[in-house]
Amino acid sequence: MINNLDLEHLRPYGDQLNDGVIQLSFTLPVPAGAKAREAAKRLIESMNFSDVQIVHSEDIGEDFTFFVVYAKTTRDVNYKEIKTLEVEVPKMGMEEINEKVFKYLKRQIVIVGATIGSDAHTVGLDSILNMKGYHGDSGLERYRAFKVYNLGSQVPPIELVKKAREYNADVILVSQVVTQRDIHIKQLTELADILDAEKLRDRVLLVVGGPRITHELAVELGYDAGFGSGTMPSEVASYIVEKMVKIS
Amino acid sequence: MRLELDGEMVERARKLAKEVTDEVQKFIDLRSTDSVERTVSRLFGIDGVNSEGAPLPNVVVDDVKIGGGLKRGIAYWIANGCVAKNLDPQGLAEAVGRKEFSLVKIPPQNEGLVDQKMDELAAKAIEKIEDVRNKRDKMLEELGDPKKPYIYVIVATGNIYEDVVQARAAVREGADIIAVIRSTAQSLLDFIPYGPTTEGYGGTYATQANFKIMREALDDIAPKVGRYVRLTNYASGLCMPEISAIAALEGLDMLLNDSMYGILFRNINMMRTFVDQYTSRLICAFSHITINTGEDNYIKTSDPIERAHTVTTSQLINEQFAIKAGMDPKYMGIGHAFEIDPDVENGFLYEVSHALLTRTLFPYATPKYMPPTRYMTGNIFKGYAQNTLYNLVSIMTDQSIHLLGMLTEAIHTPLVQDRYLAISNAKYVFNNAANFGSEIELKKDGFIQREAQKVLENAVSLLEHVKEVGLMAAIEEGTFGDISRRMDEGKGSDGVFVKGEDYSNPLIEEMERLLGVRR
Repeated sequence: MINNLDLEHLRPYGDQLNDGVIQLSFTLPVPAGAKAREAAKRLIESMNFSDVQIVHSEDIGEDFTFFVVYAKTTRDVNYKEIKTLEVEVPKMGMEEINEKVFKYLKRQIVIVGATIGSDAHTVGLDSILNMKGYHGDSGLERYRAFKVYNLGSQVPPIELVKKAREYNADVILVSQVVTQRDIHIKQLTELADILDAEKLRDRVLLVVGGPRITHELAVELGYDAGFGSGTMPSEVASYIVEKMVKIS
Repeated sequence: MRLELDGEMVERARKLAKEVTDEVQKFIDLRSTDSVERTVSRLFGIDGVNSEGAPLPNVVVDDVKIGGGLKRGIAYWIANGCVAKNLDPQGLAEAVGRKEFSLVKIPPQNEGLVDQKMDELAAKAIEKIEDVRNKRDKMLEELGDPKKPYIYVIVATGNIYEDVVQARAAVREGADIIAVIRSTAQSLLDFIPYGPTTEGYGGTYATQANFKIMREALDDIAPKVGRYVRLTNYASGLCMPEISAIAALEGLDMLLNDSMYGILFRNINMMRTFVDQYTSRLICAFSHITINTGEDNYIKTSDPIERAHTVTTSQLINEQFAIKAGMDPKYMGIGHAFEIDPDVENGFLYEVSHALLTRTLFPYATPKYMPPTRYMTGNIFKGYAQNTLYNLVSIMTDQSIHLLGMLTEAIHTPLVQDRYLAISNAKYVFNNAANFGSEIELKKDGFIQREAQKVLENAVSLLEHVKEVGLMAAIEEGTFGDISRRMDEGKGSDGVFVKGEDYSNPLIEEMERLLGVRR
């Protein structure tokens, strides 16, 4: 970390330490003009910003005005006192994972994956599960240690639970990518509830991934782990193996 | 910029695609579906819901189905009922909805009178569709067709009235096409919801009332911006032909309509989709609705470089199915997409090559080009750069329908400013590089030429294989999008039936006759 950093009063770095510069962009549903700019400025000032610069404002039709704004926050944050929940796993290679599984479990780990409810996006799920993986990091299907069932998109939670039972799943992996009005929370809760009701919750490792997922949120919803954007398949693989070996 | 393709190979590819679809068409011609019959009911003028909220087109078709009469075709039963009860189709359907009688229990009326009634109802339906079509064609001519590539944006608030606000803003900013995305999973509903709707997830329900509301809004703003504004919706899923019918009645200009999408990505039964797409496309062809095929989806699930030939193969198959439905090539929005991993060296050259291949293979079509989605991340700044390159490929290779990439793809449905930023980006690139494509001569045997030729060769080999095993078996093998579907599985299979000896459908037959595809 850089010198003279006051971690108890952390502020954004624009081009100087502690300048507090933040960029914002947003739209106000009023016609463009001096009045709209003043409204934008006052709005930002009311949010603990100073030195508000409206660097761009433009009429984007039908009485909407778009703004790009730079401003300095008057606030800071105590970095030292922050504790976060993160999935902590030692990262292992593919061979190491395969060996470990066959040494300790003496069988393949069964993984069932799906996007649930209304979500039709399989991008995240596929990049974790498909052979090809993501950015050169092989997907779980490529590991000898895993037997993967990718159920695809828009699987109702009840159907996912049925399949998990049918395949005798050790791990359920759900992905939620695009959501509106927090519907993903509802769907994830529903899945956890059904697993509870079916007395399956303690028998599976329940994992969720997606751009709006944090480990903290996952734990709050009754999941074992949550993985956000940029998670590599090998991280998920390492986590699963670490947990499974521990359970057995 | 000209791509030199081996002419014989292009011809061979088309011939193979024709032979592949000829085989499927034999299955199609023998069959109808619940949805095809509901389509006839709708076009005969049946609309609305019964006291339990069930759409009347479903009510009458289910009534006849339960009574065991559907093999004869709904047209006969409606005509027979109208003659017997001296009612119009709507009055008849309402009575069935109140459970006053069942259509199959009505004694057979004089055959001549029933035939006459069927023809009269068919003629009226054709006239209605023609009126809408002619009105739109006239408007397009008067207001002027915008320059291509058409700027295509999506609205998806879930509330049709909110959609109108956003659509109008988008048109003011420069959008040429407004697509109202459907509420998630509507494609799996075996009925079309009724009336205006204000709640939906990830989109707004496709209903006839919602079509009307958006059409009126766009027709209102079009003269103010001095150009025709097209309206798009989705005719995939279990109600494919019915959606085409209500789109024809409400003057939509485009429909997402793929001959295989539902099978692969929605797990809809193969036979159901093949039969439904035929009637659906007849209606589109007759109504001058441009179809948008869904090949972009394949390379969302499989590798866009290694599997590029599956896109080409599917495009050729979609083209042949459209020809079988009497469609003029200018209404074929042949789909493809810009989905290659941004870290691939020369990814841009691959994209140019693939896009140019689509353009060159379908010179009379209006190709629909789709933006990056697969490698879009939460880094909206990088996403904006990816969309800029996508826009550049589109203008260089002369695409027709250009769906704008959103910098917030993979985060949330577009905010009003996301759409604005996308439109400004596209307008900037389209204007700045307007004649770039026509200034360039491609290096003979260079990367772009070789790649396109290779994709075409691979498509021909794949088509040879598909011809050998049959299209349905090829789908079972997971040829498209790396997804395998079995012939007997999938949703909606119970809604497919073999037409009886006495099946009649004068409406569809008349459309076939007018389109010159009567078999």
